[in-house]
Amino acid sequence: MSSWDWQVFCKDTIDGEIVPRCFGGAGDVTYLDWLLSAWGWTLSVSLLALGVALVLGSIMGILRTAPHRGLVLLGNAWTELFRNIPLLVQIFLWYHVVPALIPPLRGVPSFILVVLGLGLFTSARISEQVKAGIQSLPRGQRMAGLALGFTLPQTYRHVILPMAFRIVIPPLTSESMNIVKNSAVAFAVSISELTLFALQAQEETARGIEIYLAVTGLYFITAFAINRVLHFIEQRVRVPGMIGGGR
Amino acid sequence: MLNLDFAFLTPQVVSSYVLKGFVFSLQLTFIAMLGGIALGTVLALMRLSSKPWLTLPAAAYVNTMRSIPLVMVILWFFLLIPLIIGRPLGAEMSAIITFTLFEAAYYSEIMRAGIQSVARGQVAAGYALGMRYGQTMRLVVLPQAFRNMLPVLLTQTIILFQDTSLVYAIGAYDLLKGFEVAGKNFNRPVETYLVAAVLYFAISFSLSMLVRKLQQRIAIIR
Repeated sequence: MSSWDWQVFCKDTIDGEIVPRCFGGAGDVTYLDWLLSAWGWTLSVSLLALGVALVLGSIMGILRTAPHRGLVLLGNAWTELFRNIPLLVQIFLWYHVVPALIPPLRGVPSFILVVLGLGLFTSARISEQVKAGIQSLPRGQRMAGLALGFTLPQTYRHVILPMAFRIVIPPLTSESMNIVKNSAVAFAVSISELTLFALQAQEETARGIEIYLAVTGLYFITAFAINRVLHFIEQRVRVPGMIGGGR
Repeated sequence: MLNLDFAFLTPQVVSSYVLKGFVFSLQLTFIAMLGGIALGTVLALMRLSSKPWLTLPAAAYVNTMRSIPLVMVILWFFLLIPLIIGRPLGAEMSAIITFTLFEAAYYSEIMRAGIQSVARGQVAAGYALGMRYGQTMRLVVLPQAFRNMLPVLLTQTIILFQDTSLVYAIGAYDLLKGFEVAGKNFNRPVETYLVAAVLYFAISFSLSMLVRKLQQRIAIIR
């Protein structure tokens, strides 16, 4: 094994020449450029999927606590369906099977399909957290809301959810970090994100260790940044007097 | 539009394409589960010890493994193992080593919680009976920790089983790959991916139902 060669990132992706300032000019792409654009794809897939997952996961989690058998059943079925199929298989289903079965979806770019796949997969896990958060509240809260004359949706909106969402921030933080890690499976349907960059650049340059270290480092940084942002939100919205609420 | 045709999936096709991959997926799951729990228990004991030279490396190992995407871990090992042992290693063997070492990090967090769930007095009682550290752990604490954590350990194993599909990244021949190859050969990818999804779902769902049953039984006995 030879020594480090970090100059690999300054190489042009086509002719392998080292570019003076590492960033390629017009028409030239260095491995550093490619790495950064791959990071951008990882961020876009992760953040959009997180949005999908938060919305659908919250809805399904709330349905699972509703006093209505049909809604509970729907929420449970959703969760079991998306939790018990491996993520990679779900991505393949979105990429190969869904467009074949639903013709209008044939022209949809694979980026959107991956966001949906990752988002729905994660929504099942978020629905678990949201459900647990709602159920961890004393039953009296719901009763008090209804006794005050709130309708059921109003009780959720003004009494239950404000507390439940604060309670689920810590588990949501780890789900958000998981979504960044899980976005790595997008390589399987040729989304040009970090893992696909790692695979292809490793093959082209034979500098696997440097490439993998850079990619792993970017995954670290991304997950850590998300952790800090959610920690900040958690601090800002905490309720005094509750456990972990502080002052 | 909807002309699905599953007729090509004869028992012979299934046994020649899918079975081999299925066996490997199960093998990988079981070896990584047993190895992962064993190694994870050691890591958990290291992290709970009072000696920094044991806690720090264990914590670093667990946190590193848990913050890298599994796909990248698979790629890392596939790249590094041949450099370390000096000869190429098959994708299947590489996957077995990777999953054992990777899952150990997750199992160790479960075992750590399990050990911490055992009442402190149990350790004191062990020492009071004249047992040494090893004996107290082996005969008093760990059996209770395993019992308390059994449902969680099994749930992690179901996740492990689903995650084995990620060996796709290094081209190992697992259950998903078996379906994929069959789909390519008979030009029926839609059908094979559907069947693969149904099979994974059936296995994971029924196992998680079993774990739920077990959880209820354990809760009553305790």
